[in-house]
Amino acid sequence: MNTKELIVEKIKEKFGESVEEVSDFRDDLCITIKKDQIVNLGKYLKEDPDLQFIMCKDVTAIDWATRKKRFTTVYHIYSFKLNYALRLKSNIDDNPPTIETVSFVWQSANWYERETWDMYGIKFINHPDLRRMYMPEGFEYHPLRKDFPVLGIPGSLPLPFKAE
Amino acid sequence: MDRIQQIYNDEKLLKKLQEDQNLTIEDVLENEMVINMGPQHPATHGVLRLVLRLDGETVVGIVPELGYLHRGYEKMAENMSHIEFIPHTDRLDYTGTMCNNVGYVLAVEKLAGIEAPKRAQYIRMIVSELSRIAAHMVAIGTFAMDVGAVTMVMWTFREREKVNSIFDRIAGARFTTSYTRIGGVASDIDDQAFAEIKQFLAELEPALVEMDKLLLSNRIFIQRLEGIGILPKEDAIALGVTGPNLRASGVEYDVRRAKPYLFYNEIDFKIPTFSQGDCLARYFQRGDEVRESIKILYQCLDKIPQGEVIANNPKKVLSHKTEIYSKMEELIHDFMIINFGINPPIGDTYLSVENPKGELGFYIVSNGSGQPWKLKIHSPSFCNLQAVSQLCKGAMVSDVVAIIGSLDPVMGEADK
Repeated sequence: MNTKELIVEKIKEKFGESVEEVSDFRDDLCITIKKDQIVNLGKYLKEDPDLQFIMCKDVTAIDWATRKKRFTTVYHIYSFKLNYALRLKSNIDDNPPTIETVSFVWQSANWYERETWDMYGIKFINHPDLRRMYMPEGFEYHPLRKDFPVLGIPGSLPLPFKAE
Repeated sequence: MDRIQQIYNDEKLLKKLQEDQNLTIEDVLENEMVINMGPQHPATHGVLRLVLRLDGETVVGIVPELGYLHRGYEKMAENMSHIEFIPHTDRLDYTGTMCNNVGYVLAVEKLAGIEAPKRAQYIRMIVSELSRIAAHMVAIGTFAMDVGAVTMVMWTFREREKVNSIFDRIAGARFTTSYTRIGGVASDIDDQAFAEIKQFLAELEPALVEMDKLLLSNRIFIQRLEGIGILPKEDAIALGVTGPNLRASGVEYDVRRAKPYLFYNEIDFKIPTFSQGDCLARYFQRGDEVRESIKILYQCLDKIPQGEVIANNPKKVLSHKTEIYSKMEELIHDFMIINFGINPPIGDTYLSVENPKGELGFYIVSNGSGQPWKLKIHSPSFCNLQAVSQLCKGAMVSDVVAIIGSLDPVMGEADK
């Protein structure tokens, strides 16, 4: 049994109905799971002795703009034991978007989730320190959302005052 | 502010404060102090801001603040074609530009299903290893300068200067190279450039020995780094630290070996690791990686095959200018690619490459149009900076500078 089949089989065995989709595009295995199971899945993948996905490389989100489930959070995790990078996805349908944090499973997700909150406005529930990563405090918008214009919103950032 | 002003205005109160004999010198030393370091600070390697809470000279807490160089590259990428974004990758990690170029085009090629010719792949390997040497030279030099060995930066920049001259010969630009293209590289390497690379490598090896002699006979340098900022193996993995910093903590993980891209599987090289995980180990780590890069470069120069440097796939890859001006088909395809992009199939891919700073990954989502629907840059400096608050806790103020220097963040990449 190769690595891919092992991972898919193990996850399907444990999270039968919660797995929404398993895709394999360009040799990248991606598993879409129901929103409420993401922390359980993360814990399972990290702690299972056969899998050991102990490193979280990246957390980000996709804004689909027109879909009913507008946001998708994307997690890239890595297992040194299997030498395999796996992608997890979770679709969010509520407004404002919220999802449980995985920063208690993988410590490194702390900053990645802060960045995702800053850029997409997805609230990570129970996150220990959900501040903006790049944009200044008090900025009202989330720049990577599709409805944010590329040129920015005039007046949204305070500029240095120039005395006449 | 009002209250302080009130006290200063109130003469009676001010006099009483000045006469207060109960305030002793011990009280001042007992209290914790919050100081601000950066964003404009020579030792923070760019516009990194740190807020330190100090008890005397010991750091109690440290909060890094990012975003002073945030240019919104991920947003810009969503509004331009895949080809247009190549020059922007130069500005991510501006010490190792070629590695970024290579990483980005490999990610797009994976998404669009293009394969570059073998000679182009070897050229990419050569330029990324040269770039790695240049970036590590900057890292070592500025790191040594941060802890007081100022001569070192002159010596390492001398070597980096040679790499820049070679890039000038190869790519036509010293710094902002934008050398790779989707499906190959912009131009072939000529014999003189090969000769220059060989000469550079021959000169670099004795120079590295000299640099080690200069630094390792310096007791101050050793004492300021040994046992400072220890990052254990488990913490390094948990915090998502990548690249030389991860390997200096004893994790033998290198993308070139774990998931070989280009032709790194044909090359024989070691992955140097250190078990100590302190600042000195991170210095040795970079030195050893430069030596491995020299080995890789010699092998690449031996093995590089003859042939084309850009794939012949007119619907996805830009043809050469002479063909565009002389053939109708190529002109049409060029027009389509420039105006409407290369339209990769619907889907998303993640590809990471080993950069001088660590693992640089590009996650690209395509909806079938010429512009990426989403492009996420997984930048190694950003991940490495997350370890700062843990490493600095309990260290001295002067160690903070050494720890940041040893992690070697580049803010252009951390802030995107």
